[in-house]
Amino acid sequence: MRLLIVEDDRETAAYLAKGLKESGHVVDHAKDGVDGLELARGQTYDVAIVDRMLPRMDGLTLVKTMRDEGNLVPVLFLSALSDIDDRVRGLKAGGDDYLTKPYAITELLARVDALVRRRQPEQVQTKLVVGDLELDLLSRSATRNKQTIELQPREFLLLEYLMRHAGQVVTRTMLLENVWDYHFDPQTNVIDVHISRLRAKIDKGFADALLHTVRGAGYCLRAVP
Amino acid sequence: MRFLNLFRTTAFRLALIYLLLFAASAFALIAFIYWNTAGFMAAQTDETINAEIQGLREQYGASGLPGLRQVVIERSSVARGGLYLLANSDQSRIAGNLDRWPDAPTGQGGWVDFTYDRPSLSGSDRRSARARHLELLGGFQLLVGRDVHERREIEDRIESALFWSACITVGLGLIGGLLMSRNVTRRLDVINETTRDIIDGDLNRRVPLSGSNDEFDELATNLNDMLDQIGSLMAGMSEVADNIAHDLRTPLNRLRSRLEVTLMKPASELEYREALEGAIAESDQLISTFNSLLLIARAETGQARENFEELELKSVLTDVVELYEPLAEAKRITLKTSASQAAPINGDRGLISQMLANLIDNAIKYTPEDGMVTVSIRRTGRHAVVEVRDTGAGIPQAEREHVLRRFVRLEASRNEPGSGLGLSLVAAVARLHDAEITLGDAKPGLIATLRFHLKD
Repeated sequence: MRLLIVEDDRETAAYLAKGLKESGHVVDHAKDGVDGLELARGQTYDVAIVDRMLPRMDGLTLVKTMRDEGNLVPVLFLSALSDIDDRVRGLKAGGDDYLTKPYAITELLARVDALVRRRQPEQVQTKLVVGDLELDLLSRSATRNKQTIELQPREFLLLEYLMRHAGQVVTRTMLLENVWDYHFDPQTNVIDVHISRLRAKIDKGFADALLHTVRGAGYCLRAVP
Repeated sequence: MRFLNLFRTTAFRLALIYLLLFAASAFALIAFIYWNTAGFMAAQTDETINAEIQGLREQYGASGLPGLRQVVIERSSVARGGLYLLANSDQSRIAGNLDRWPDAPTGQGGWVDFTYDRPSLSGSDRRSARARHLELLGGFQLLVGRDVHERREIEDRIESALFWSACITVGLGLIGGLLMSRNVTRRLDVINETTRDIIDGDLNRRVPLSGSNDEFDELATNLNDMLDQIGSLMAGMSEVADNIAHDLRTPLNRLRSRLEVTLMKPASELEYREALEGAIAESDQLISTFNSLLLIARAETGQARENFEELELKSVLTDVVELYEPLAEAKRITLKTSASQAAPINGDRGLISQMLANLIDNAIKYTPEDGMVTVSIRRTGRHAVVEVRDTGAGIPQAEREHVLRRFVRLEASRNEPGSGLGLSLVAAVARLHDAEITLGDAKPGLIATLRFHLKD
């Protein structure tokens, strides 16, 4: 995937680029908003990673301008501002996701992957399928190998999110933000317990596990190839 | 110079405008009085003269010159202030009590204002008079008038009295305005001086009160309260700085030492990996502490009030309980909720969720297996009371107050996961929402009680 990083701190940008390249991405770097806009105009990217505060043209203006010009590249904002207001402003300006500094590279990678997938035209789906696990969004029921799985409402949302991002690494923070709409860090890892409960429902008694823990990063739901 | 400054003050300008209005109405009043006194007297004199002329003209018509002459002689001899002169066409005297025709020119309607000499004890007096001239058939001239000397004197008196009273009115108004504005200016000067001192750095100065409980005292009280509030916020901020320094230095030092020691002698790749993973865990801990400190600081300054919205406390609580339910179950702890009534409040959903999460998280963390955590919400009067009760070890009485203070970590919690600032954050969010927080003994265990104001 071809990614654009717009970040004024040279060292941060270098580490970021290294991390992304090692996960198989091609990376271009712009050191300010004006350069970033130039690059975005001349090349089609899969995801743009934009710092909120940039010299010459700040991140918000950059993304607004790109959107006004019809550029629909998914944008991940990076920011040292952690206010809910700042997050809302970022998303309103046309950003697709918002990550507060300091962040874990694994978190960033997971979010970039999620944005890349989102780019593909999303059809109106009524059924999500991963291997022999099926989730019917209309009747709100789940089955694995034709066996019905009883899910609590929140477990349903959790599984739906994991299945929509099947094959990708999903972090605990992503789950907390998207399934619970909480933007804080619970002191104990409550998400782990929710996952193991879900795992007991969908994997227990089956030979192949679908819900995997990715060490140091999060979880991944995928069918064994 | 100070006097000149006084003229520029708003108070003085207001006093001046007031004075002008006052003077205008005073002049209107005076004009009215003058018109009704002096004007009335003059009109009366003229009326009397007109009536008399009418009478004399009729007399002439009825009995001719001899009759008229007779009447003029009769009236002239009666000292009632009436003046008469009957003359030939060349203005030579025929009869009357005036010696000669006056020199003054005849005005409109035949009216003449003139002076004449009246014999008196000391010779003669020059006196003012007003008369009307009538030419009779046959060329005879008749002059009928009145001595208006006293009346003129009274008019002069009234005029000068009015003039002086106008002068006194303006003078007093001017002095009053000056005094009034000087008083206002002086009170404002005190406030300005104090604020200038504060700007210059003397932050402990306060505006003195005059004790009269007027608007100026109210202004001073408000200013002082505002200064106190700013002062306590600043004290809070410097406490934040101190605590950030303290809470971050120690783990930073640990992180640095760990990396340094690893590099001291050659190690296997596995050892390096372990050291680096340890360093990452350590920095995650640091980030978590840092975020908590920032959040507490933000809640303490009251900035977060901008995000307040109407919330249903019950649903916020139910969501958080649901998040922790599996965790409790994994520890075989019963997590019980009792929330029967709706409890609408004004607040920040994110912060209140986090606050409740911290309380429930702590309760589960410090409750041994097979214990119980009870979360309840009830309404008492104007309040919504949230209670989180556990069957854990509790917090010793002596430490309960202490842990709710800003940025306090219990020594014992320093090695637990999390920033250890959980209760400080709870207290800060409570203060932000004007909610009262108390910690009590559940025998055994801890009861944390939050008392929110219900939305009106």
